Amino acid sequence: MAGADDRVPVLRVRGVTKTFPGVVANRDVDFDLRPGEVHCLLGENGAGKSTLVNVVFGLYQPDAGEILVRGEPVRFRSSSDAIAAGIGMVHQHFQLIPVFTVAENVVLGTETRKGLVLDLDHTRDRLRDIATEYGIEVDPDARVEDLSVGEQQRVELVKALYREAEILILDEPTAVLTPGEVDEFFGVVRNLVAQGKSIVFITHKLREVLAVADRITVLRGGRVVGTQDVEGATQQSLANLMVGRDVVFEIAKGPAEPGAAVLRVTDLGVFDDRGVETVHDFSVEVRAGEILGVAGVEGNGQRELVEAIAGMRTPHAGRIEIDGHDTTHKSPRDVARLGVGHVPEDRNKHGVIGAFSIADNLVLNEYYRTPYARRLLRNDRAIDARAHELVEAFDIRTPGIDVPVDNLSGGNQQKVIIARELSGDPKLLIVAQPTRGLDVGSIEFIHRRIIEMRDRGVAVLLVSAELDEILTLADRVGVLYRGELVGEFDRAEATRERLGLLMASGRVDAAAPA
Amino acid sequence: MTDTTETTRERSGAHRFLDAYFAAAPVLVPVYAILLAFVVGGMIILAIGDNPFEAYWALVRGMFGSTDRIAASLGRSTPFIGAALAVAFAFRAGLFNIGAEGQLLVGATVAAWVGTFSFLDDFPALIAAPLVLTAGVVGGGIYGGIPGFLKTRTGAHEVIVTIMLNNIAVLYVRWLVSSQDPVILRDTNASVPRTEPLPDPARLPELVDSTPPLHLGFIVMLLLCVFVWFVLQRTTTGFEVRSVGTNPHAARYAGMNANRTIVLVMVLAGSFAGLAGAGEIAGTSGFLSPGVFVAIGFDSIAIALLARANPFAIVPAAILWGSMLTGAGLMQQETGLSIDVVRIVQALVLLFVAADVIVRTLFRVRRKASDALETTQLSTGWGSAT
Amino acid sequence: MGVGDVTATTLPATRGLPRFGRLQTIGLIYALFGAFLTFNVVPNLERVDKAVTFEPPPDPLTLSFDPRLVAAIIGVVFIGTGVSTFLGPRLERVAHYGLIVSTACIAPLIIVLALALSDTADTNVLQLMVESLRLGTPIALGAMAGLWCERAGVVNIGIEGMMLGSAGVGFAVYATIGEGTGGTWLWISILVAILTGGLIALLHAIVAVSFRTDQIISGVVINLLALGGTGFLRSEIIVPSGVSSGESTSTIALPGLSDIPIVGSQVFTQKPIFYAMFVVVALSWFVLFKTPFGLRVRACGEHPHAAETLGINVIRTRYTAVIVGGLIAGLAGAWYSLETQGGFEDNMTSGAGFIALAALIFGKWKPWTAFAGAMLFGFSRALGTRLQILGVEIGDFSIPSEFWQSLPFVVTIIVVAGAIGRAVAPAADGQPYQRSR
Repeated sequence: MAGADDRVPVLRVRGVTKTFPGVVANRDVDFDLRPGEVHCLLGENGAGKSTLVNVVFGLYQPDAGEILVRGEPVRFRSSSDAIAAGIGMVHQHFQLIPVFTVAENVVLGTETRKGLVLDLDHTRDRLRDIATEYGIEVDPDARVEDLSVGEQQRVELVKALYREAEILILDEPTAVLTPGEVDEFFGVVRNLVAQGKSIVFITHKLREVLAVADRITVLRGGRVVGTQDVEGATQQSLANLMVGRDVVFEIAKGPAEPGAAVLRVTDLGVFDDRGVETVHDFSVEVRAGEILGVAGVEGNGQRELVEAIAGMRTPHAGRIEIDGHDTTHKSPRDVARLGVGHVPEDRNKHGVIGAFSIADNLVLNEYYRTPYARRLLRNDRAIDARAHELVEAFDIRTPGIDVPVDNLSGGNQQKVIIARELSGDPKLLIVAQPTRGLDVGSIEFIHRRIIEMRDRGVAVLLVSAELDEILTLADRVGVLYRGELVGEFDRAEATRERLGLLMASGRVDAAAPA
Repeated sequence: MTDTTETTRERSGAHRFLDAYFAAAPVLVPVYAILLAFVVGGMIILAIGDNPFEAYWALVRGMFGSTDRIAASLGRSTPFIGAALAVAFAFRAGLFNIGAEGQLLVGATVAAWVGTFSFLDDFPALIAAPLVLTAGVVGGGIYGGIPGFLKTRTGAHEVIVTIMLNNIAVLYVRWLVSSQDPVILRDTNASVPRTEPLPDPARLPELVDSTPPLHLGFIVMLLLCVFVWFVLQRTTTGFEVRSVGTNPHAARYAGMNANRTIVLVMVLAGSFAGLAGAGEIAGTSGFLSPGVFVAIGFDSIAIALLARANPFAIVPAAILWGSMLTGAGLMQQETGLSIDVVRIVQALVLLFVAADVIVRTLFRVRRKASDALETTQLSTGWGSAT
Repeated sequence: MGVGDVTATTLPATRGLPRFGRLQTIGLIYALFGAFLTFNVVPNLERVDKAVTFEPPPDPLTLSFDPRLVAAIIGVVFIGTGVSTFLGPRLERVAHYGLIVSTACIAPLIIVLALALSDTADTNVLQLMVESLRLGTPIALGAMAGLWCERAGVVNIGIEGMMLGSAGVGFAVYATIGEGTGGTWLWISILVAILTGGLIALLHAIVAVSFRTDQIISGVVINLLALGGTGFLRSEIIVPSGVSSGESTSTIALPGLSDIPIVGSQVFTQKPIFYAMFVVVALSWFVLFKTPFGLRVRACGEHPHAAETLGINVIRTRYTAVIVGGLIAGLAGAWYSLETQGGFEDNMTSGAGFIALAALIFGKWKPWTAFAGAMLFGFSRALGTRLQILGVEIGDFSIPSEFWQSLPFVVTIIVVAGAIGRAVAPAADGQPYQRSR
């Protein structure tokens, strides 16, 4: 921070309000970023963090309030204005073009040319400079779609540095990283600060805040509820501030009483859409009355594994047995009829039909059975009765059962899916990323329901990228690494460190207790 | 994001009126679109130096000026109803069926072929006529099924396949009907190429003897609308169709067989068009000549869009369409304006219905979440990667 | 279109079992067809020598052959290829080359068989090639029009309408002001046609990009408007003007190249839009794939939001690309009314815009392969006409002209069904983009 003036913030947000139709996403937000600091923006999903940084980056226009960069008021009409003012952003959902090379992605928008022709040599040189200066290596000529998630994130960072950003906004940068990669990433962040950059770090993970932040601003319901130095902050105090009430970290959960195996997967091999074998020699057993948590960084075959078990995808090798029936080549409906509930990871794409009513969505998998249908005819009365019953039982907050699911909040949409899949009296429950993007209240509710199912003797296969979720719910834990199950132990033996190592390297020896 | 901005205002009379006004949006948008299209069409008429009011007055009288003209308008609309249902039904499954023309032609051809069976002469009308109509259903259904099958098996986009099948149908029907060496379906006694006339028992009775006649096929088409509505809203198959149309991924997750649904929908859609084609053969001329049903494919798309793929709304939309085409004749007679003016107005209607933002902005009609077509997006790429 | 992954999940069969995939299916078809050809068709052919020529008469360069021998050789190649696909993975390379050779043999085979089955003794194949290029011209231009739009993420099914509209307006200007007598007004009319294409594309951009109407519906609207509009134009303006046909563009002999023996007088003595088509294809390739602007256009077609975060104006870029596409479609329209026909008829483009789309898909949204696709359709059309002239008879059954006319449409279906599963459209193709606010 050589010579940086501590009193003039590099970035200052004053009284910013941003409204979307029907929703105030930011209300009178004040926020400042001092030179050379890491300032964490902490808040639940939907607290308005992303909206705030999108305003700062010129993607949204604020309804009220102003933004000052190095003391000067600015008005960004587009992100190019923000980029010109020295602001760079690493988006939560990478803004990369998969079929372009790294260099093309980096240069896009600030192209250099030789005559009429695009000149990438200059870009390659600059990328080499950035690599030596900040220690962030990327291959300029690799296609982005061939890179790992961690590498793609580096490209995002390099994009900002290439534009000589002094202020870096990192929106949930760790969501896609393994615990090991997260530590590495924190190293990069510290290095950037040492080079004089100032960083806004957005997260909802308390542990990360304490590890990386200099100062913390907590957002709740679109407002700032507090700004403080990291010294003196604890996980509990931040959590209470973030949620607005006392947060219970542990959910009461008795010991599991496992019964017979309900799901038995042996030597499973599955191809993904591109024909790459993403699940390989995978074997596992899930018994009645237990929750098996499958941890792992996303993209290690979770999607294909879940789809294969649910009958959505035909495995090319191995065998799947559910409740004693061979379901390896069965259709999704056949699998469901054996008593399998499935909460898919992509809520909007796979879980609900947004334009349909809550009632229709609640019978989406059973609409063809009595009493919801008689032969080919729908029985709307039975469907409505069912809907009323489930809306009540699962506390779905809605003005009525005819409301399109699109009009519900994310938490209530997920409750619709949970209600549908849990109420069919399943023997096996496949749950993928059940609480992604939800608020704490909904997370608690859904976790309780899953434990309830276990206690009723349902076998639960939980696939989640959130280690915390796995550790909260699972009775046994496995790690999916490059399509293989690389470790499987009881919850008691599954420490965060051990799982983290397995997720990162897939190596058991590295994970063995020293 | 929280803090829903609540607006609890006084419920004044004006507000109630506004609410009713906005609730009527699905009806109002097409009405305004038609209005706007006529205004723009009027400007075009004005631009070439004619009086739009005179032209439109002649047009309206041509459409509904007498009982006979009304009957003729309804008669002209009859095939449009079936063809538009073929488009609308596919719409609801997220498919864009441009092939109504070909399906209609093939349906009519098969019907005409079945009509040449000599034993038909001895059958009572109650059997012969439905037999011919069924032949149309089968022909249209098979021809409609091809793009559905190709889509599910190879991913070929139905838009291109149906357009090509239209062209192919036109060519081959022309050959079948006009070929003299060998004679296939051609009536060798006729001076112009056409098929042999259907035997009397296979003809649909006329309700009004207008030109074109209003025949029983109109009632059949009305019943078909009820049938389609019933299938979509009251049956599990219809639920599958709508699910696949709105979110095929979720439909698959829920255990529905999207591929089977797509083929089924295309077969059914084709059979609606085929029924319309057979109905036209059996209800009006009694024979098939090459060159009929030209442009009906695009007309049916326009009607289906105008009706926002609602089976009941298709009836008034089709009547509007058909009557404009009958009315255009009188307009041409009285003002010397080309029939194409009506075509332009029709295209403008479609433009303003499709780009409903224009209409909504001009007339301040608020969007409602439950408008049917807005949930079906047709053009998310070309069916390759998602 | 949503259900894409339904087809994407059909994966190769289980390991260990004998494979019977796409390759084997094609192989089987070739083998059966080859056997049919060699053992059934060839013995029934007449024993008369036929010839292909490379020049117009008199005294053309000629190559004579025995059609029975040529057909038999091709038949054996087909059988060999078919068999090789079943001989396991080690011969897979051989099988692939065999398939390429066999597929390349189809066109010569058709010509040879057609000659053998007709009474004509010879036919000019070089002229057939040139005719293919000529008939492929509007399709290639249409495919470039589609390329520009779809690379920017806007599906353009209205190419047909853009072509038809500009053909009509271009000729209307030519007929009324230029009186159809060639000269400067012909060139101005071509320019008008091009600009009309741009204007219609502007409408598409307004409806599909700004209003975010479904892009396919917007395209259909354009087709309908063009159909009605040009019909109106013809009956209200062109016909009253009294000029039903005018002088079309004249051939230009390219200096130097046109002096090459045999080839020069046929290939390098053509009309201006024919030449312009090659320039347009080359320029489209250069601009879209070599320049910064092209990078931006493609970014908008792949991931518009990412482009926006880098300060690129997605809406403006899409407008530009769609309008450029429209201008190209306008040139294709001029080809119909001002270069080929010298007149305007209702619906004179008769589906070429849709075939252009198929060529684009066949070419996997790349300029040169789309050009190749267009030429495939040009060839199937030229071949259809040629075979119709030859008067092919199988036994007593003379093949009807409708059969030959339907050839391009059938080829389109086969190509689209065969190619699209593996073709990858720009990722954001067809998705309306709403700028964040």
